[in-house]
Amino acid sequence: MSIVQVKNLKKHYGQMEVLKDISVEIAEKEVVCVIGPSGSGKSTFLRCLNRLEEITSGTILVNGHEMTDNNSDINKFRQEVGMVFQQFNLFPHKTVLQNVILAPIKLKGKSKSEAETLGMTLLEKVGLKEKANSYPSELSGGQQQRVAIARALAMEPKIMLFDEPTSALDPEMVGDVLNVMKELANEGMTMVIVTHEMGFARDVCDRVIFMDGGYIVEEGDPKDVFTNPKHERTRSFLSKVLSS
Amino acid sequence: MEAAINALPYLMQGLVTTLYIFGVAIIIGFIIGLVVALMRLTHIKPLQWIAKIYVNIIRGTPLLVQIFFIYFGLNSLSFMSLDREVAGIITIALNAGAYLSENIRAGIQSIDKGQTEASRSLGFSGVQTMRFIILPQALRRMLPTFTNQAIITLKDTSLLSVIGIADLTQRGEVQASATFESFAMWTTVGIIYFIVIYILTLLSNFIERRFKLR
Repeated sequence: MSIVQVKNLKKHYGQMEVLKDISVEIAEKEVVCVIGPSGSGKSTFLRCLNRLEEITSGTILVNGHEMTDNNSDINKFRQEVGMVFQQFNLFPHKTVLQNVILAPIKLKGKSKSEAETLGMTLLEKVGLKEKANSYPSELSGGQQQRVAIARALAMEPKIMLFDEPTSALDPEMVGDVLNVMKELANEGMTMVIVTHEMGFARDVCDRVIFMDGGYIVEEGDPKDVFTNPKHERTRSFLSKVLSS
Repeated sequence: MEAAINALPYLMQGLVTTLYIFGVAIIIGFIIGLVVALMRLTHIKPLQWIAKIYVNIIRGTPLLVQIFFIYFGLNSLSFMSLDREVAGIITIALNAGAYLSENIRAGIQSIDKGQTEASRSLGFSGVQTMRFIILPQALRRMLPTFTNQAIITLKDTSLLSVIGIADLTQRGEVQASATFESFAMWTTVGIIYFIVIYILTLLSNFIERRFKLR
């Protein structure tokens, strides 16, 4: 049973076609990595999945909900889709713990103590329990990103979207964030990850999607795609990123 | 100098009036400013127009003319009867509200788009995002400009002496002409304004430190 069904997704910015006819299905508990050169449309594709971008045409079913339906409550649907951003986007006026528990309290009607218990459990999971009362600005990038993951998890989403989660991090911070994501994958979370971390894509993902020029050029088992790419464009992209 | 010291209790009553009008007007002005800023930021065109027209009228006319218009102009219509303090508060509030709305709008727009996206992706509605995420940050960020506007507004209340409100300025005028001690009297009035505004500045610095956006 697929949790995400995208059919004939197209997205234009004015005259520019960013996504040209994307169709893809993602199964429950599947971990999918989306790779490709910048400008290939991979982040836009991800952002369409929770309707941070309005699509031009096509259908997107997430968890059985038609995300593009204007008559339905998009806010309700989004609660089931967690998202982690390149720039973390933590709320700077709230402490780490407040960042994590705000949505469960306001949107799910959880009591403060209930939410705090959940929040502390999640912060422990990402290894930042002792930072609960710090403010985001007092944290390193890697720590902020792990808080952002905990914040998304606090809504108990069915699926998690990651938009280049390690691209804004210093190299020595990347590992901690990837480890948290790996653990999440092992627990059976459905994940869609736009990333430039080829090692992570190869080792952790069940499937890798290579996008270029608004199309899905190639997809499949990471071992096949990385060792034996079928398309010339995939090959040239991989040779560039893997040699560096 | 003695005349000025003797006049102090009388002047202080004027200061109470000044502070009262300032306090009420700045609170109402802030609420107007917030509402108008949000009107500007909606996608509803007529609301945007109303907000724009209001701000442009206030910015495009002198405060003194606005005071005359509301107190004399509106009161000359048979169905209106505003007493001077109400008219004064309304004018000052409308004036401050227009300027504050621009400050608040700029404050809201200065908050990174990622904040809205993070909030919406958690499932917050647009209104909830504004209330829990954007406004708390925007208002902290605009505290210095808010202080600035508050100081201007406090000084603007001195214009209300022209419609006979017995504020600090008007009482200074009364004393100056009664005692013929213009220099001493206006020096005293100036010093009182200065001290009040200085205290306001200190208060604002204190609040700013406490609620610093981290």
